[in-house]
Formats: sequence, C-alpha cells, structure tokens
Amino acid sequence: MNSTWSRFNITSIVLGFAFLYLPIVLLIVFSFNESKLVTVWGGFSTKWYVSLFHNQGLMDATWVTARVGVISATVATVLGTLAAITLTRYTRFKGRVLFSGMVFAPLVMPEVITGLSLLLLFVAVGLDRGFFTVTLAHITFTMCFVAVVVQSRLVTFDRSLEEAAMDLGAPPVKTFFQITLPVILPAIISGWMLAFTLSLDDLVIASFTSGPGATTLPMKIYSQVRLGVTPEINAACTILIAVVAIGVIIASIANKRREIQRQLDEQAAQRG
Amino acid sequence: MKSLGSIRRDFAPWNDPNAKPYIQFDKVTKKFGDFTAVNNLSLTIFEREFFALLGASGCGKSTLLRMLAGFEEPSAGRILLDGQDLRGIPPYKRPVNMMFQSYALFPHMTVEKNIAFGLKQEGMPAPDIEKRVAEMLKLVKLEQFAKRKPHQLSGGQRQRVALARSVAKRPKVLLLDEPLGALDKKLREETQFELMDLQQELGLTFVVVTHDQEEAMTMADRIAIMDKGEVMQVATPAEIYESPTSRFVAHFVGNVNMFEGKVAERTASTTRITGATGAQIFVDNGGSAAAGSDIVFAIRPEKIKVSSKKPADAVNALEGEVYDVAYLGDMTVYHIKLDDGQIVRASALNASRVTEDPLTWNDRAWVSFRPDAGVVLAR
Amino acid sequence: MTNIAATAAPSSIPAAALPARLAKGFVNRLVIIIPYLWLLFFFLVPFIIVFKISLSQTAISMPPYTPVLDFKDGISGFFAGVRELNFDNYTWLTQDALYFNAYVTSLIIAGISTILTLIVGYPIAYGMARAPATIRPTLLMLVILPFWTSFLIRVYAWIGILKPEGLLNQVLLATGLISQPLVILNTYTAIFIGIVYSYLPFMVLPLYSSLEKMDYSLIEAAQDLGCPPTGAFWKITFPLSLPGVVAGCLLVFIPAVGEFVIPDLLGGSQTLMIGKTLWNEFFSNRDWPVSSAVAVILLLVLTVPIMFFQQAQAKAQEQGR
Repeated sequence: MNSTWSRFNITSIVLGFAFLYLPIVLLIVFSFNESKLVTVWGGFSTKWYVSLFHNQGLMDATWVTARVGVISATVATVLGTLAAITLTRYTRFKGRVLFSGMVFAPLVMPEVITGLSLLLLFVAVGLDRGFFTVTLAHITFTMCFVAVVVQSRLVTFDRSLEEAAMDLGAPPVKTFFQITLPVILPAIISGWMLAFTLSLDDLVIASFTSGPGATTLPMKIYSQVRLGVTPEINAACTILIAVVAIGVIIASIANKRREIQRQLDEQAAQRG
Repeated sequence: MKSLGSIRRDFAPWNDPNAKPYIQFDKVTKKFGDFTAVNNLSLTIFEREFFALLGASGCGKSTLLRMLAGFEEPSAGRILLDGQDLRGIPPYKRPVNMMFQSYALFPHMTVEKNIAFGLKQEGMPAPDIEKRVAEMLKLVKLEQFAKRKPHQLSGGQRQRVALARSVAKRPKVLLLDEPLGALDKKLREETQFELMDLQQELGLTFVVVTHDQEEAMTMADRIAIMDKGEVMQVATPAEIYESPTSRFVAHFVGNVNMFEGKVAERTASTTRITGATGAQIFVDNGGSAAAGSDIVFAIRPEKIKVSSKKPADAVNALEGEVYDVAYLGDMTVYHIKLDDGQIVRASALNASRVTEDPLTWNDRAWVSFRPDAGVVLAR
Repeated sequence: MTNIAATAAPSSIPAAALPARLAKGFVNRLVIIIPYLWLLFFFLVPFIIVFKISLSQTAISMPPYTPVLDFKDGISGFFAGVRELNFDNYTWLTQDALYFNAYVTSLIIAGISTILTLIVGYPIAYGMARAPATIRPTLLMLVILPFWTSFLIRVYAWIGILKPEGLLNQVLLATGLISQPLVILNTYTAIFIGIVYSYLPFMVLPLYSSLEKMDYSLIEAAQDLGCPPTGAFWKITFPLSLPGVVAGCLLVFIPAVGEFVIPDLLGGSQTLMIGKTLWNEFFSNRDWPVSSAVAVILLLVLTVPIMFFQQAQAKAQEQGR
C-alpha cells in the first residue's frame, strides 16, 4: 500500500493509540500521587517507590518472576526453534498434522484450560508444585509463540545460502550453525523476548501451577488488588513499564542506526 | 602474444573418438511427483569444455545442474564424473562447486570470509587459506574490498565475489546458474569475456545454464539445447546455427524462415522440393528424406538476397511484394510477401553507404538463395 | 512414531553411501522428536488426565479426588474401575442452569467483543498500512509496546478509570455531560471494554499484515473503472484482507471465551463467564473433578473454532503469507 494518508486515517490512528496508552499514562501519573486514593490527586510524592523497595513480598515475587522468565524463555526458544525447523523443513512425516495442531493450539487455548491440565499432570506424576513446575508450564505455552515467530522468518529464508554452504563442503549441521542460525538470529531473539514477556505477564497458568515459595509478581499483584489497591502497585508497574520502554527504545534506536548505516553502505557501493 | 581465445581454435575433443568423457549423464530421469522434469537424458561433457545448457524456463536445465551438484538425486539413470558414479554422494562431498543465480553470498560474513568458507571446511591450514584468498581476490580484481560485507557491494562486485568463492577450492567442475542474469547489458558483455578467459586460465570444466542464446553462443564450446526435459541438439554454436537438426532448434536460435513442401525428386547432388502452391526450390543437402515425404526447408534471413529484378543465374528465385522494411543502421530487414501468401524475412547488410538497389513498401521484389543456404528438416 | 522422519530418500542407495544418509536422518529425527515429545507430554497428555479426573469424585484428601482407573489392583481392578466410571459430574453440569448459562454467556460475550475489537481495530490497522513507509515501523512498535507491559496491570488500570469515582465519570460529570455517575465497573460493558483493550494488538497485527501486502493499484484500477471509494473498500480491500480478519477474530474469540482476569477484575460478581466459573470451582470449591468436567466441555465447545484456526494457519503457511 502506498502512502496517501487521509484525515480519517490519521484520526483513527491517533484515537486508537490514545485508547491504547491512556490507562498506562494514568498508572504512571498516579504512582506519584501523595494520597492513597487512586483517583484523587493529592500532590506529587515518590513515597510509594520507597515503600515498594521495603515490601519484601513484592521484591521476592519480582525475583522469582525474573528467574522463571529467563529460564523458561531460554528453554522455550530452543524448543520453539526446533519446532519451527520441523514445521518448515520436514513436510512429510507421520504425525505431522498432530504436531502442527499441538504447536498452534496453545496460541489460542484459554489459559484456564492450560493451567488446569498442567496442574493435573504434575499431580499425577507426583511433582511438587513450585518453581520447577511453573517454569515447565511457562516453557510449554510460550514455546509455541516462539515457534510461530521463528517459523515465519524461516519461511522467507533464502535456502540457496544453505545450498551454497553445502556446495562448498559444509555438512548440514555445520551449515545450520554457521549460516542459518546467524542469519535468523534477530527472529530468534524476538522469540526469546516474546516468551520472556509472556512469562512475566502470566497470571492464570502461574496460579494453577505454582506453589509455596514460588509466588510470581502477577500472582502477588493480583492478590493485592483483591485486598485493595495501593499506589505501591502503580509504582511497581511504572518501573516495569519504564524498564520495558527503555529497552524497546534502545533496541529501536540501535536498529535505526544500523539501517541508516546499511543504506549509506549500499549507496557507497553503488558509486563504486 | 597469442590471445587466450586462440587456444580454443584446435579444441574439439568431441570429434576425437579416443577422448574420455569427463561428465556423463546416462539415461537420467527426474520426476517430481507426476511431473517429469528430465526425461531419459544422456549427455557427455569433456574435460576443459565450456559447456552451455540452453533452453526456456521449465525445460529442465536447472534440474540437470542441481543433480550434478548433488541437490537432487535422479529418479533413474546415473551421473558419472571422471568415471565415478555420483549417486548417494551428498553435495558437500562432491568435487563440484556451483555459482548461484542469486549469488547466495553469506550476508553476515565479509568478502574474505565468504571466499575462505569452502577452504575452512576442507581443513586447510590458516596461512594457506590466506594465500589462496588473496590469490582469488587478485583474480577477480577485488583486492581492496576484502573486508566489506555483501550489502556494501554493487551487483557486479557481488557477482565477482560469488565467482571467486566458487573457484577457490579449485573444483574439477564449476557449475554456473544464469551467471549473467542479474547484470546490466554493458557489464554482461564485459563479464562474458572475463568468464571465458578465467576458464582457460584455470583449466576448469564449466557447465553454464542460461536462457540467453547470445550468451551461450558467445561463451560456449558446445551447447545443448533443451526442451521439456530432453536434449534437442548438442553441437558447437556454428553447427547449431547453421545446421539445426529440428524445427525447435532452428526456431530457438536466431531467426529462420520455414518453407513447407514435399520432396518431388532426388538426384545425386540435388533435391527438388515442391511447395503447396507449386513453387519449386532446389537444395543441396536434402538429408535422408525420401521422395514424396513431407519436409520443411529452413533458411536464415541473412542467406536470402532481395532484389528488384529477377537475378539472372539464381537457382532459387521467388517473386513477391515488399510487405515491411525495417532499417536498423548496420542492416536492413525486409519482410517480403510472396505471391503464394507466405511472408519471408530477409536481411541485408548495408555494406555501402548508398543503397545500390533501394526497395520500399509495396515494391515488387525477388528473393533468391543458393541451394546450400539452408537445411532440410523433418516436418 | 517409529516412522517420523521418513525423509524423501532415493529408492536405491548403494551400500557404501548408506552411513552418510542415515547420519543425516538421525539429526533430522532428533530435531523433530524433541519438541514433539515435549508437546505430547506437556500439552496432549494433560488433556487426557483432565478427562480422566472429570470422571472421578471429590474427596477430602490431597489430591482432592478419588483415584480412578489405576492398576493398583491389577487388571481385574482396572476393569472394576472402568465399570465404576461415571459421568455424574457431566450430568450434574448439564442439569444445573448456572453452567449452561455460563457457557452460553461466555460465547456471546466473546462474540460481541470480537466484533467490537474488529470494528475498533480495522481503522487502526488500515491507517497504519496506509501510513508513509518511514513511519510504519514506529507505529508497529507503538502497537506492540503495551503488549510488552503487563496485561494484568493494564486491566487493573481500567478499574481506576471505570469506577463510579473513577476518571471517566469525573470527566463526564465535570463537563456536565451526565448528572449521575455511570455504573460501568462490574458490568458486562466493562468486560467488553477490557477485552477490546487487551486483545486489540492481536486483532491489529494480523489485519495490518494482510492490509500491508495489498497492492494499492487495485483500488486505483477500481476507481478508474468508476467505483466510488466506499464501494472499492467493500468490494476489494475488505475481501482481500479477509485472511487477516479471520486470523484476528479467531485470535480474539477463542481465548476470550475462557478469559478469567478481565471478568474477574472488571466484571464483578454480577457477571457470569465460564473462565471465572472454572476458577471458582477449582480454587474456592476445591472441586477438581467438576472443574475438569467444565474444562473438558469448554474444550469441546472450542474445538470447532480451534480447528478453523489450525486450517487458517496451515493455509497461510502454504501460501507463504
């Protein structure tokens, strides 16, 4: 599509993004609210950030969530990449339809079903619920998202690069690690980040599959929301948002710089 | 100093009954499901040949090349390289290297590393790799681009890197898949001669796949014309052009006129052919067609002379009217509509600045040609 | 599963080359088997267990259900167990109107929310697709960014907006548009807003992907042939964006049916949705067998849309979209 932006288009985008970002902005603003009430402005204060750091429960939960996130995202990325390779490269094997179904179903499966079924599995095999089980559960449902991301990159991957490598003497496994992997790395990294975010964010599955000593941050926030909202939560959320936003901004600046450099390089090459 | 090309003058192993074939396709068939890409094809290529596979897209030439490289296995038949059956040998174990149509340069590696890749896979020690890479860079004149990445190079430079990378391992056979396709016209012409020189210098056997007849005619020692998975004719460019063995080949390369008729009479030296409307032509090489059989006589436009008056001593002369004239500078192309309705294309070199026998639209004209100017083909 | 990696091997292989082929086959098999086994064990098998539990009874024990169908008493014990299998839980569910209503309500709510999300999301996706190419990546990033902040947090933020004393009412009262605070929180309306808000990226992204690939010269051709802009939209743009529409709707509808967090935080006790029901059954009533039965029925209800989704994915894969 080319670019003839009409007023209607601009309006819909502005309204749309305002809708998307309004709650987030409010959250951030009220984290600096002097008063405890989440709707009445009492003045500017950072006291909630201070008390946040003294809230041991929240701090512990954050630590658990971070560890679960990193471990599950990493394992999920490996499994998801393998699944993506299987889906794109091996078109004929017995049970392919089942496999394909199992990879795509978790994308839409209601979390209550996934959570319940995994919990019952853990009970059936006698696994105590805790850090390990919640990590396993997260790996299972996030690997499918990684698979979809990596698969869509693999589908557009130029296979003649692999053929060239093999033609020059590299056997298939070496070809994968020296040629394919480096080229699709951005997609794999996106997959990791997606898996990490999903893990960070998950309430329902964690509630079913976690156990004592492994309370995740969403679980903690949820329980506190039920009890009554305090702006400490706003402060925690604001920090989370800030971390993510900074990360994304840095990533996109780095990307932009690389793009510009690449364009300059190509222009220089054209001139000889 | 002799030009490299002059070495080619006496190079004709296909005429030597003692010459050993280097690459052999022995009754090779390749099917993809119901579709037959290559059909019971047999072909021989000799060492140090510059061989071209020429055909339209879908004729099976790329499939043949890929089978030689090892990316596909034949459904039936064998492929032999220097006497060795290549079946079951994966591409990374064949002494064959390929230059890809899209170049397939590794985007995350520098030019140096791209060229060195194949050598590293062999286990060559690092100092030797460095030397060989430097040699290759010199060969393709890209010494100062060694540290650049592919996206920092122009199209022509990328092509040279792809070439350097594919010959770095000194393979027995180099396969080239439409090597000049992505280049603009001027660059293409320059590169054609560079490729030929390179092949002579390195003493390699080249097998080139192309759909561009000019490219094939310029570069190759022999050409195999392919259609629908089969070889229509294998011969030198001159033979293909002047002595096509089928209508397909005659049409495929260059322009051609076809006269359809029956063999009326054969003598030891001449064959008389009668056309549908009774016109007669006399040809020397009537082939093996028996009297009464349906044949077609193929003759190239430049072999036909056009004149305003009937030539006095012409064996073959037909009368008609100038239907169309195209002045191309170095030559003029006439389309003459003969009295029996057939349109003949004839071209004449503008050898002198002033035309001796000017002809224009609707003028009466005569076309004439020698009896050895064309070939007789089966209908 | 013995034949998983039946790769396209040539029919006749000389013995000397065999080892090389098999080795390649081994790595292939490994690549397929590892994720396959993981998903089989952690995704498929649990469903079977859920089904099994749904057939047993609650018990005051840990785990709180009577075991059924195990081999403790040998084969005869197994068959005795089979004879005792009952679908009591299922009959109970079908008899109690509460559950039936919950399923139906969930489907309706999810359906309405999906349509609303489509209506809100389509203009956004369209605007993005028509934006100048330099801005598009930024817009894409802006759409994805909220997705990377906590879902829970964002839903929680809406509580503050929709409360009777919340921001929305404050603004409306202040501008005099209403005289009484609107009751939105703890109603189905709040759920609609919550679902549309949370699932918007899932709708916008596939739509944008479909729309962006569209060749705008098709619209120009239509206009050249006399078609007015709105007509061109409905006759050309919308039909061509259908794959994106289908993908987006399924990505919203299916999970929305079983959604828990949004109905719980925004819907309150007056609203009924099956996700909440399942959660309460499990955490409040500690009735694992019934929760399992609820889950099984929910899964059955969603099977058809899920299969639609699989088909759409498979088709999109084939066409390289």
